[in-house]
Amino acid sequence: MTARTRTSNRLLLVRFCALGYLAVILIAPVTLIFWRAFEHGVHPFWAAISNPIATHALRLTVEVTLIAVPLNTAFGILCALAIVRHRIPGMGLINAFVDLPLALSPVVVGLALYLLYGRDGWFGHWLTTHGVRVLFALPAMVLATIFVSLPFVVREVVPVLREIGTDQEEAASTLGASSLTTFRRITLPAIRWAIAYGVVLTAARSLGEFGAVSIVSGGIAGRTQTLTQYVQASYENFDQTGAYAASVLLALLAITTLLAMTVMRHGDRRA
Amino acid sequence: MSQLAVEVARVPRARRRALGAPTLGSGIALGYLSVIVLVPLAAVAAKAASGGWHHFWQVAWNPEARAALELTFELAGAVVAINAVTGTAIAWTLVRDDFHGKRLVNAIIDLPFALPTIVAGLTLLALYGPTGDLGVDVAYTRWGVLMALLFVTLPFVVRAVQPTLLELDREMEEAAASLGAGRFATFRRIVFPHLLPALLSGVALAFARAIGEFGAVILIAGNLPFKTEVASLYVFEHINSDDPTGASALAVLMLVVSLGVLLVIGALRRWATRHDR
Repeated sequence: MTARTRTSNRLLLVRFCALGYLAVILIAPVTLIFWRAFEHGVHPFWAAISNPIATHALRLTVEVTLIAVPLNTAFGILCALAIVRHRIPGMGLINAFVDLPLALSPVVVGLALYLLYGRDGWFGHWLTTHGVRVLFALPAMVLATIFVSLPFVVREVVPVLREIGTDQEEAASTLGASSLTTFRRITLPAIRWAIAYGVVLTAARSLGEFGAVSIVSGGIAGRTQTLTQYVQASYENFDQTGAYAASVLLALLAITTLLAMTVMRHGDRRA
Repeated sequence: MSQLAVEVARVPRARRRALGAPTLGSGIALGYLSVIVLVPLAAVAAKAASGGWHHFWQVAWNPEARAALELTFELAGAVVAINAVTGTAIAWTLVRDDFHGKRLVNAIIDLPFALPTIVAGLTLLALYGPTGDLGVDVAYTRWGVLMALLFVTLPFVVRAVQPTLLELDREMEEAAASLGAGRFATFRRIVFPHLLPALLSGVALAFARAIGEFGAVILIAGNLPFKTEVASLYVFEHINSDDPTGASALAVLMLVVSLGVLLVIGALRRWATRHDR
């Protein structure tokens, strides 16, 4: 005990440095942006958010998210089952590629799609002759978003699947349950919280995606501009109120995500 | 060979038998992964390799690309060094210290993960940019880019070190202290070696993120080749100026770094679990 009181000064110093760093890098800037957005009251904020270009950007962002999240959830569950339960040769490599979007620059993702679906791309010629528009349109934006938000459901479900093991599933199938019934009645209830976490993280990443989408969308205001691109465009056009207002909206979505995760973790622990 | 057979025989039958709908489900997952991830990345590699090895180096090693790569690695190195210290300090404060509002601080650590990167860049510009109230202006400087990278990489080391620190047996530290070790010696000799695998994997993730970050730096960096242009901005600018070959050359290098980091993290994970046994 005496050792601790003697060195409490040094502990205070560590605390001071840690919290000071957090304040400078994170807390002060984020607080300021809320203050800037509401500095002249709620009205200018509302006006900046409710103009047609901003509302279109918000709607498009939600649309892309609503397509990407269900697809990645279905893939995530299948892929997690494949990784944990099926010993497929080359699984280590597949595992690495599932994680790759977490460590890869979004501009590389954007470039990859650009090279596939662009004018001179691998599929570009075929798409043009058949009149299908992928690049600078919704399909490419969805593909980019799916790429960057791919790992979240897999990463949440895999450890839970490992933990629950196969005893109950074995028992169910011995008792004559089909594999689908086994999955629905045994596996799914066990992994439902993991899936829920994964869905929340996927949605948050999709709503906030910027780099990959900005390369493949073209960013035409009112047509292919997402909310994050609206922030960039507003800032570069010296419309700071618009940029701050849209940023605050995105920040509120991010904070909602964090709250949802905290609430769910409580529910998970009780379950 | 016989060794392997013994290993396989040891795996219980239940686990060897695939459950669920193995072939169809795994097939769909593999197909999806190929369409979304593998084929597009193959296109980047093919584009970079299209002119041959010599041409690739010529493109990837031109002065502007080289300046971008050097800056990127310098900044990523600084990010790693700063995060290793501050991340460990923050994790330590959250686990061992007690103060008002600790739970709130713990909650906001994840904010850089949840916050869109373009918003991260804008928030920093609001305070430290030309219209900020502090009288500092980091816009269009390397300091600004470094700050943006520190913002987005903040949670990696904290969240890697925190659980290990929580699990650490304090009796060992108390034993060391009772044997006369000072606080610093205890940390260096007892705590630090246990934290090392977690710290390194957190640092590796922060490194990968710093190499590839785009959204947070684009507003702060402006578009200044040789000065604030990092690799991701180089790729972006060269796509825009219709030079996909130049963009692909750097993109492939970034891809290799990302894969390398993931391999390192996999190795670290195996190392850490071996320590447990």
